[in-house]
Amino acid sequence: MKVWKYDDNINTDMLFPGKYTYTCSTAEEIRPHLLEDLDPDFAKQAQAGDIVMAGDNFGCGSSREQPTVGLKAVGIKAVVARSFARIFYRSAINQGLILVECPEAVDAYSDGDAVDVDPEGGVITVAGKEFRFPKLPPQIIAIRDAGGLLAYVRKELARKGAR
Amino acid sequence: MGETFAQKLLALKSGKKSVDVSEIVTVRPDHLLTHDNTAAIISKIGDELGTYGVADTDIPVIVIDHVVPASNEKTATNHKKIREFVSKFGVKHFYDAGEGICHQVLIAEGHALPGSLIVGSDSHTCTYGAVGAFATGIDRTEAASILLTGQTWLKVPQSMKIELTGRLAGAASAKDLILTIIGDISASGANYLSVEFHGDTASLSMEDRMTIANMGVEMGAKNAVFPVDDVTEEFFEQAGVGKTWKSVWADEDASYIRTLSYDLDKIVPTIAKPHSVDNCVPVTELVGLKVDQCFIGTCTNGRLGDLRTAAAILKGRKVHKDTRLLILPASREIMLEALKEGILQTLIESGGIVLPPGCGPCLGAHQGALAPGEKCLSTANRNFKGRMGCVDAEIYLASPATVAASAIEGSVVDPGKVVDR
Repeated sequence: MKVWKYDDNINTDMLFPGKYTYTCSTAEEIRPHLLEDLDPDFAKQAQAGDIVMAGDNFGCGSSREQPTVGLKAVGIKAVVARSFARIFYRSAINQGLILVECPEAVDAYSDGDAVDVDPEGGVITVAGKEFRFPKLPPQIIAIRDAGGLLAYVRKELARKGAR
Repeated sequence: MGETFAQKLLALKSGKKSVDVSEIVTVRPDHLLTHDNTAAIISKIGDELGTYGVADTDIPVIVIDHVVPASNEKTATNHKKIREFVSKFGVKHFYDAGEGICHQVLIAEGHALPGSLIVGSDSHTCTYGAVGAFATGIDRTEAASILLTGQTWLKVPQSMKIELTGRLAGAASAKDLILTIIGDISASGANYLSVEFHGDTASLSMEDRMTIANMGVEMGAKNAVFPVDDVTEEFFEQAGVGKTWKSVWADEDASYIRTLSYDLDKIVPTIAKPHSVDNCVPVTELVGLKVDQCFIGTCTNGRLGDLRTAAAILKGRKVHKDTRLLILPASREIMLEALKEGILQTLIESGGIVLPPGCGPCLGAHQGALAPGEKCLSTANRNFKGRMGCVDAEIYLASPATVAASAIEGSVVDPGKVVDR
């Protein structure tokens, strides 16, 4: 498990360059360009179970969803930040990507520290020290846990039957 | 305790008498904006569209604007898929390539109305706050969900109040005001908040309000909204949009988590330096900085008043040989007006390159890209690293007056020296 640590105000252009937004939409097309202008090693080396950690306002900027789709496709266990921009936050719920807003945990982290996240328990552990973070409201957890918004909507539509 | 704009509007749209801050409500948006990304949106739900169709064909408004005309086979195919979708499902509101940038079109065509709720798979959907709408950005997946269900959830945000006094003076513009605010409170200063503008808003034209609301997201706002007044009514009257709306506004005693005050008379021409929108300084600090490209346009500053300002400065002058000037009107209607007024002739004679209405250069998606080491002075809303297609280029954000004046010298000029408002 590797922790990819970044600064404040990591915007969506750094997470996924705008020049590809209308030519790359599927997870396979997105992955090679993920974080291209921020950290070229990420797309090559990031693995399922890794954690992304950042400062304030992570994901600010565009509404493009390639960053959340891409991070989910890589299998990122959680994105931990001091704070998130709202469209990114919402998009992560829609993709079933776990976000942890916990400034104390980010501040406690030093390079090489082990980090683990328990989303159900609302606990993040950094170098053996536990921090609690607020859990999402139940109706939002239901969307995330269904595997994302479209999976949730498919179930709802099937339940109600065809119009 | 009174209610904020966000509380009142979201209560109305969720069919409740009142809502509390932080409450999660299910709402039926008046409209859903999607653009070139409609192609990717519908490809997520091909099967479901076949089974369930579009929930309400009056809700989607689709504008092809991000890569227009198509740049290659892939983007052309996207456009084709969108046209086929519109035709097959009978989507009522569709604007093909060339009509303009979505945010201009939705307001000019009367889709974004006072008291309406609009969500869009574009972060600058917040522009519609200019006309008193609650408007906010969502991702493609959520847009797909709304096509199928006609509804979504929203959390009722806390609100910030920005109290304006006085009147913009000299070469200062709405762009300089919003850059100043973002510079003061930072790119996350309004995160998750509904931002309400109060006070002396009457002197701000509809174009000014659109520029300001457009950049609400650059300080993290969920929406940024102006009160509906005579300026709004006159705007829709001239646009030929009937008065079918009912406006919504905050109570006098509503509760805000933060209140800011700005004296419009004190605003000066401002520039946001690379690579974040809150990295703002007065233009006077950068005078003489050489720029390789000057760009006037986008959903922030591509309106008739912006082009008029640029033409007044450039009339009888030439763009400096060491820079290039791109002009991008925000819509066909604006382009046509600019043509009739002789604005385009002036700008072309001065050496400007006129581009078709669209979004391409702003996000590095189409035309106007930068080379490594180049600097662009732009009227757009974002100066993120790599934004205009090159990670080793720099973008500076400013008003149309600043960009036009600087194009003549090939370097940053204080528009206060050339503009007499």
